[in-house]
Amino acid sequence: MLMYPFEYVAPTRVEEALGLLREHGDDAKVLAGGQSLIPMLHYRLARPRVVVDINALPLTDIAVDDGHVRLGALVRHHQLEESETLARRYPVLAEAARLVGNVRVRTLGTLGGSLAHADPAAELPVAMSALDARLTIASASEQRRVAARDFFTGPLTTALGPDELLTAIDVPATVDYGWAVEELSRRAGDFAIVVVVALVRLDRGGRVDDVRLAFGGVADRPVHARAAEDGLRGHEPSADALTHAAQIARDALDPPSDAFVSGAYRRHLTGVLCRRALARAVDRARR
Amino acid sequence: MIARFVLNGRPREIDVRPEQTLLELLRDTLGVFDVKEGCDEGVCGVCTVLLEGRPASACLVLAAALRGRAVTTVRGLERNGDLHPLQQAFVKYGAVQCGFCTPGMLLTTLAFLERHRHPDREAIRAALEGNLCRCTGYTKIVDAVEAYVRGGYARD
Repeated sequence: MLMYPFEYVAPTRVEEALGLLREHGDDAKVLAGGQSLIPMLHYRLARPRVVVDINALPLTDIAVDDGHVRLGALVRHHQLEESETLARRYPVLAEAARLVGNVRVRTLGTLGGSLAHADPAAELPVAMSALDARLTIASASEQRRVAARDFFTGPLTTALGPDELLTAIDVPATVDYGWAVEELSRRAGDFAIVVVVALVRLDRGGRVDDVRLAFGGVADRPVHARAAEDGLRGHEPSADALTHAAQIARDALDPPSDAFVSGAYRRHLTGVLCRRALARAVDRARR
Repeated sequence: MIARFVLNGRPREIDVRPEQTLLELLRDTLGVFDVKEGCDEGVCGVCTVLLEGRPASACLVLAAALRGRAVTTVRGLERNGDLHPLQQAFVKYGAVQCGFCTPGMLLTTLAFLERHRHPDREAIRAALEGNLCRCTGYTKIVDAVEAYVRGGYARD
């Protein structure tokens, strides 16, 4: 396939990249792992005049401290899958990353790229919403921080301006949380029909102390199930309570239909996957 | 623009267009036909190469962005003109039907085994789930990988 011709630049300093984005604005596209952008260029869904390849920028660090981990925007999915540092303290990241695309996508695809691309059914935006991550966004003139929950504004649409670059993702520690990622896709490697991320922390008495529930594939962006979370806090995580919470989460949704599945099926699936995710997360929280 | 990379151990510098992919560079410019072209959107796995030892879709990598990295195609698996032991296992177990998916299957398998020395059958199936075989010859492919893992074939 032949792409529409573009100019290719590969800056080595962040300031240089931000200068290029300011100069070219909407005519530029940022190339990270390329696993979504290159197909879009092939199909001419994107026709940038300039492609700004950011892979030479120093945005690859994984820096862990007591309270959180800072992930550079260029941290790749296979690093989330395999990093031993992350495995101990942020195991939900590995479980979510393992479900992204296929092994080749995970070789090159980046966390920042997945978030900035903002596919409504992608795993990592949902995981970052559940984890209440904070995103650092830079432009030539300023730097700002945005909560993951405010970052996604629609299908393939985010709070990023045309001259801005997502540079880092801060994830608060969830050390004593049980976790689970559940999804159903039509074929291995496809985007999920529905994906659920659950995090549960229990108090000494075994009651739910904190719970986070986020869904993908059910709306134009990741959805955070606040009512279901509130319903569980302070309660015994019995099978009935989890089923009830899953029902609350499901009933709050009005998922879209597409060529493959109806909205009603999606909603039903959300309830089933949510119950499974909660059960698995509670089980892990008890260990 | 100049694409700099190391192809099967040999450093190369080739003039490319910015929009040229590694797959186009390999097949159209260099005549490296052991890399196949399939879906051109990173789904089928027939254009799998190893990029610094990890599987990548050659159709989703810009040639200009290679930056000196090592690219391995199935040709790079040869040892002194002999087939790699995994290739021999594929032959013995009938894991090759039309052969179009075979280079990608071999490279994906070897990259996986670098990090998982003794996988069970289920893990092998999961490792290859991103490589499609439209002859649907998966059973014999997994048989061949299992036999290779069991050690009937010299590992190097």
